[in-house]
Amino acid sequence: MSDTTGTRRDFLYVATASTGAIGGAAAVWPLINQMNPSADVVALASIEVDVADLEPGAQMTVKWRGKPVFIRRRTQEEIDAARDVNLDELPDQEDRNANIPDGDASDANRALDETGEWLVMMGVCTHLGCVPLGDAGDFGGWFCPCHGSHYDTAGRIRKGPAPENLPVPQAVFINDTTIKLG
Amino acid sequence: MAGIPHDHYEPKSGFEKWLDARLPIVGVLYSTLTIPTPKNLNWMWIWGIVLTFCLAIQIITGIVLVMHYTPHVDMAFDSVEHIMRDVNGGWALRYIHANGASLFFIAVYAHIFRGLYYGSYKSPREITWIIGMLIYLLMMATGFLGYVLPWGQMSFWGATVITGLFGAIPGIGPIIQEWLLGGPAVDNATLNRFFSLHYLLPFVIVGLVVVHIWAFHTTGNNNPTGVEVRRKSKAEAQKDTLPFWPYFVIKDLFALCFILTIFAAVVGFMPNYLGHPDNYIPANPLATPAHIVPEWYYLPFYAILRAITFDIWFLDAKFLGVLAMFGSIFVMALAPWTDTSSTRSGRFRPMFKWYFWLLGVDFMVLMWAGARPAEGLVPIISLIGAIYWFAYFLVILPLLGRIEKPLPVPETIEADFDAHYPPKSSVER
Amino acid sequence: MKKIILSSVLALGLGTTSAFAAGGGQAHDHDFSFEGPFGKFDQNQLQRGLQVYQEVCSACHGLRQVAFRTLGDEGGPHLTEDQVKGFAANFDVYDAELDDTRTAKPADKFPASGVENAPDLSLMAKARAGFSGPYGLGINQIVKGMGGPEYILDVLTSYTGEEKTQAGVTLYENTAFPGGWIAMAPPISDEQVEFADGHKNDVEHMGEDVSAFLMWAAEPKMMVRKWTGFLSVGFLLLLTVLLYLTNKKLWAPHKRKA
Repeated sequence: MSDTTGTRRDFLYVATASTGAIGGAAAVWPLINQMNPSADVVALASIEVDVADLEPGAQMTVKWRGKPVFIRRRTQEEIDAARDVNLDELPDQEDRNANIPDGDASDANRALDETGEWLVMMGVCTHLGCVPLGDAGDFGGWFCPCHGSHYDTAGRIRKGPAPENLPVPQAVFINDTTIKLG
Repeated sequence: MAGIPHDHYEPKSGFEKWLDARLPIVGVLYSTLTIPTPKNLNWMWIWGIVLTFCLAIQIITGIVLVMHYTPHVDMAFDSVEHIMRDVNGGWALRYIHANGASLFFIAVYAHIFRGLYYGSYKSPREITWIIGMLIYLLMMATGFLGYVLPWGQMSFWGATVITGLFGAIPGIGPIIQEWLLGGPAVDNATLNRFFSLHYLLPFVIVGLVVVHIWAFHTTGNNNPTGVEVRRKSKAEAQKDTLPFWPYFVIKDLFALCFILTIFAAVVGFMPNYLGHPDNYIPANPLATPAHIVPEWYYLPFYAILRAITFDIWFLDAKFLGVLAMFGSIFVMALAPWTDTSSTRSGRFRPMFKWYFWLLGVDFMVLMWAGARPAEGLVPIISLIGAIYWFAYFLVILPLLGRIEKPLPVPETIEADFDAHYPPKSSVER
Repeated sequence: MKKIILSSVLALGLGTTSAFAAGGGQAHDHDFSFEGPFGKFDQNQLQRGLQVYQEVCSACHGLRQVAFRTLGDEGGPHLTEDQVKGFAANFDVYDAELDDTRTAKPADKFPASGVENAPDLSLMAKARAGFSGPYGLGINQIVKGMGGPEYILDVLTSYTGEEKTQAGVTLYENTAFPGGWIAMAPPISDEQVEFADGHKNDVEHMGEDVSAFLMWAAEPKMMVRKWTGFLSVGFLLLLTVLLYLTNKKLWAPHKRKA
């Protein structure tokens, strides 16, 4: 008799303690979750960019996920220059394109469309995160003023300390004049 | 005083001895948790745990709210709405913090009135009482500072009115007021310093709570009989007490959990009930709300503030109101010395009981009066309420001790406990 | 125990009530679908209210705390993604980066009030209390709720038709508005808005829909809040019972010792 009361009491104590522990753990979750990106930040994870007004040879910079994105409508000369390059000369052999994983660094793999007219990439130097300048550098593409990295007209690193090509973010044309990032 | 005799922590292993010789923290925690506690404590002795819990929950939710709040006049209101709408679970954190303040004050009032009824303030517990009063003052300050942060209409005008109190001090008042506000009126400088202090003061409260606990762990808890624990020997003390852990921890947790159930219902189903709708209107320095009301927990003292509507001598009504308001808390702090009764607990004081409950009613009436516009009978009711408040501490308590004949007090706590829970053997026979 | 309940109830009851003084009289109680612990927003009603807001209120009033994207949230109007996009495109918003206005996108918020004395409506349903008392005790607010949406509905339906001009401003008599005279001309008239679902479109029904919509706009998390409330109360009750039993067991040998 005394044995059964003993077990019942133990069970009660264990049940209470574990219920309390579950409650305590559940109370911690909101404290952690509140640090995750809030709904307004999440809503900007994907944006649409109207590129109707962009002339060939012009470039626009938009802010996306807190960083600059270069959208360039390239001229035929720029495309040809980028496609003429011998891939073996490139310091970084990968395309760094979120839309085409594991491709080689050919210009076709870097551009957004078949013709190569549209080039979309993060405007963040792969060296230490500065924003490169457009229409500059030894290769007619971008030049990072911080430590002298030169990128070509496809945004590939050619000279200087940066280790990788400028990354191409997830992007897609959702109609003729609108690019969706993310 | 040596305190109640009890078991002490004995370091056993090599590491325990090593640590104990350098930092006796385990021993301190052990003594704190197993402190002998009068076994006849009733349900009014749970508020200390509830208050400790409130302090913790306010600090924790406060720290995470700060991660999303912006203390700037142009952004404060919107940042609170950002918390309510976009931050993950932000609405819950903010509603818990806002209603948590109310729970905090419900608990502190219950705690204070328990102390008043059972004479917990009396020798040798004066220091505990005084520290408690300081904590209460800091809570009021913290609550007020926090209420300004959402930068709604009541935030702004509440801050204007309350800081205006300091302006009532003759001579240096306006200088002090300007110094508090950081300018001629409540503005960005005010909001920023209030934010800083609202973050700081809770930690000062934590420090005072430690001292508060330290003080009553030295004297031992009071109890419903007001009779002290016998402390000639450990064996004798053990007849009157049980260790805090697990007996009182579990009891207090049960009560806390019950209260939190009600609290969860309030937060879930009527989170704005205790707030003021006007605080959902952004602060506007050019338009005053029709009727400025402080949060409910200040209302009794707000009523005392407004009760004085006449000048005395060269002192104007405004300044007298301020004096009365702070004075009403000051006289409460004097209770250990104004109460002359040789009997500690109100349970054995037949006349005292009446005056005590009248004080409770007085408190509620003042709270009601503080919420009403100062018109009609409200000012006179407030004045009567304020007079009784002061009379209770300054006249009634000193006189009662002389004229009242207390009832016989139980010999020991054990006797009181056994009277409530008679040992089986005596019942069966 | 009794004392704990008593003091909590007392404190809550007296906690009172500050809340009202600002309102005119008492609002008419109205049964909205979202009232009470089990209440839910009526999605169709919110969509109709949104339509009324867009076609009528938005001419003068703003809703600057509400983001278009939230119109797609479950528990709210719950528009589809394309509907949200299309709806947002009806509005122009100021873009600080462009330093110019542009067509709104889902991530933007509704524009602020375009007319100076038209208050923003984002929080209107929480910034007004329709109920108070009696005698400053706040009991009506426990029974009926705070009364924000009721107040809005009352204002929309309480025009008497009288008007007067004071200091060059035309004021309209409105029995629900504090002071009795409001600067807002009667905003809606019967059959002003055509509902796709054929719902009645007299002033009373449109007012009801837009009041419900504004309650959602002020407290978009109400559904999740009530649900969380239920879970928490249920869980805490269970834990309370367990702690009660534990406490009883623990003390038993000391309370009735042999």
